[in-house]
Amino acid sequence: MLGLLIQNARLAAEGGVGKTQVAVRVARGRIVELAPNLTPNPGESVIDANEQLLMPGVVDMKTFAADHEAAIAGGVTTLAIHPRKSRVQDRPSVIASLRKGAAPNQVNVEPIGAATKALEGTDLAEIGLMKAAGAVGFANGRRAISDATVLLRLMRYAQSLDTLIYQHAEEPSLTHGAVATEGETAQRMGLPAAPAFAEAMMIARDLRLVRETGCRYHVGLVTTAEAIDLIRTAKAEGLPVSAATAPAYFLLNDIAVNDYRTFLHLSPPLREESDRQAVIGAIADGTIDAIVSDHDPRTAEEKRLPFEESIAGMVGLETLLPLTLKLYHSGAVPDLSRLIDALTRAPADLIQSAAGRIEVGAPADLILVDLNRSWRIDSDKLASAAKNTGFDKLPVEGRVELVVAGGHILLNRHAST
Amino acid sequence: MIETSTPTKPKAEGKPVNQRGRSLAGVHPFPYKHLLGITGLHPHEIEYLLNEAEDYIDLMRADEPQPRYLAGLTQINLFFENSTRTLMSFDIAGQRLGASTINVPVSSSSIRKGETLLDTALTLNAMHPDILIVRHSSSGAVQLLAEKVDCAVINAGDGRHEHPTQALLDALTIRRRKGKIEGLVVAICGDIANSRVARSNAILLTTMGAEVRLIAPPTLMPTADLGYRTFTDMRTGLEGADVVMMLRLQRERMAGSFVPSEREYFELHGLTEEKLRCAKDDCLVMHPGPMNRGVEIATTIADDISRSAIQEQVEMGVAVRMAMLDILTRELRGAAF
Repeated sequence: MLGLLIQNARLAAEGGVGKTQVAVRVARGRIVELAPNLTPNPGESVIDANEQLLMPGVVDMKTFAADHEAAIAGGVTTLAIHPRKSRVQDRPSVIASLRKGAAPNQVNVEPIGAATKALEGTDLAEIGLMKAAGAVGFANGRRAISDATVLLRLMRYAQSLDTLIYQHAEEPSLTHGAVATEGETAQRMGLPAAPAFAEAMMIARDLRLVRETGCRYHVGLVTTAEAIDLIRTAKAEGLPVSAATAPAYFLLNDIAVNDYRTFLHLSPPLREESDRQAVIGAIADGTIDAIVSDHDPRTAEEKRLPFEESIAGMVGLETLLPLTLKLYHSGAVPDLSRLIDALTRAPADLIQSAAGRIEVGAPADLILVDLNRSWRIDSDKLASAAKNTGFDKLPVEGRVELVVAGGHILLNRHAST
Repeated sequence: MIETSTPTKPKAEGKPVNQRGRSLAGVHPFPYKHLLGITGLHPHEIEYLLNEAEDYIDLMRADEPQPRYLAGLTQINLFFENSTRTLMSFDIAGQRLGASTINVPVSSSSIRKGETLLDTALTLNAMHPDILIVRHSSSGAVQLLAEKVDCAVINAGDGRHEHPTQALLDALTIRRRKGKIEGLVVAICGDIANSRVARSNAILLTTMGAEVRLIAPPTLMPTADLGYRTFTDMRTGLEGADVVMMLRLQRERMAGSFVPSEREYFELHGLTEEKLRCAKDDCLVMHPGPMNRGVEIATTIADDISRSAIQEQVEMGVAVRMAMLDILTRELRGAAF
């Protein structure tokens, strides 16, 4: 394979795109050279970045489907595929087959194993064998591991393997049957609802187990101010705790489900405005380490139902980056480098991946972004088969122009090649 | 741009979701295609519906043949949730106006067997009914169905959301007994958190200028502040009340899940002679039925027609439903407004 040279790019800095010119040379799937200026080698493909933002490909540490086309369209070059009811992935053979799936025109797949057998929350799955087969973390779908004994044993076990345990932080004895957050909107609409503190309750208990075991514990989606405070305190204490959130929780509040919009039926459900603000603050200060797509393709049949009968979940791979950039463009999180970090290096470190960084020797997973390019999300034009986005017709800024994964160009909308 | 005070709210595709049909504003005193809820109705529109219903009471009571305005029209009563009273009331209302009424008891028909609500809607739509009366156990389900059919739809109760004809018939009952609604103190008592009757009534009565109080044990009270005065003590809540509306408490909620027992509920939250004395002397007692005698209401009160309007509510129900059937089919029939 011949090499690739990207010239005249800019890297993210605290207040936006940096001023210094950057060139990156890629060969054999790795970044081999990094300098302000590089001279093209004979036979090397050269891309002039036109001073656009060069960043590592997005590392999405929580998606439910290996939707490669959607990932490429969204600049996501690493997918951590979570187990779900219809594909529990609780055996090493399944992990191994997911792992070797990536073809040259596909992005990297990092499997997340089921933490408990059949995701039932009662018996430990073979996490040692699954880790050996390539699992980079363990999760339990959209069901919390609620039994304290099971979680304690799981954490002790996982700690010895130095692997990450994801929790779906909703106390099930409070959230059973609920499709919304308790509050005025749910009451007015007559929707079964659970108190928002169901999230903090579960995390508070889990943190005691983390203190006991030293297990690397990750809140898959954090959505409330109260839970964020707990995580912030735990981090200050030095506990190995991390957290992620998804764009819906920093762009929308529960008022958005007015009119029974089932595309916004999510798990956890949307929260009140003060929680949304707290999520933004926690992204800015790093309490929330990562931003994930929580990509969950659902068919029209699963969504065109009365709200409480519809299935929770939203697609998100293609919209993850532009929706996150809304925080930068609106001034809510002016530090562009923190947002990029939350999409790349922070999640990569949590799943112990070498991706997510622009360094000599790192995997050549790179994207170019036209940061100020405006466009409109259009559900009909999504690359994924499922169209269940709650952000249809929303104007966004920032478009992915070039996607390189493992040194291969997977997408090139860039004008001057 | 992201708004920091109001969340980004992308528009849903196609028709606005909360629509009640095309706007006939300025032409029709009730400019809506459907009756999906009380939310959003203006006082003058509610007033108009009550006045129209009033005419039907006179007609029903007079010993004359009823006008067969709906002759030749098909009314389908699609009840996904069991009901006897409301179904009968709509059926009688339709038949009195000359409509061909068809009752689809979904719980025992093939519709329930795997067919989705929207498929049912499309199937029914292809049969060209003129008006659909729908009850469903999920909040918002009637609105969802209304978006997919061409004819007018009346919500006969959706989940915990709304039951608009019940609120209208209750308002009509109050207005006839008290001569007005504005300024009255109305106490709604019982399973407020899960009741569509409570929700529609509270919205309607507040819109019409009454003071609504909610009385319930804490487990059956909404946790969100909806702007009403709330009481867990029934005696305090009933002080000075002009009207007390008792709600039916589902028996499965009384075995320890929401309240400890039936007898404890009756003791603390059932309407007794003694508690009723806290209200005004001429306090009107209402209940949407069917009653759990000795659980939420004492038999002596329920049967005292000088205080209880429970039988009258049933009669008002037919009148309100006749009026709604008439109003929502006028455009179709080319009738004057």
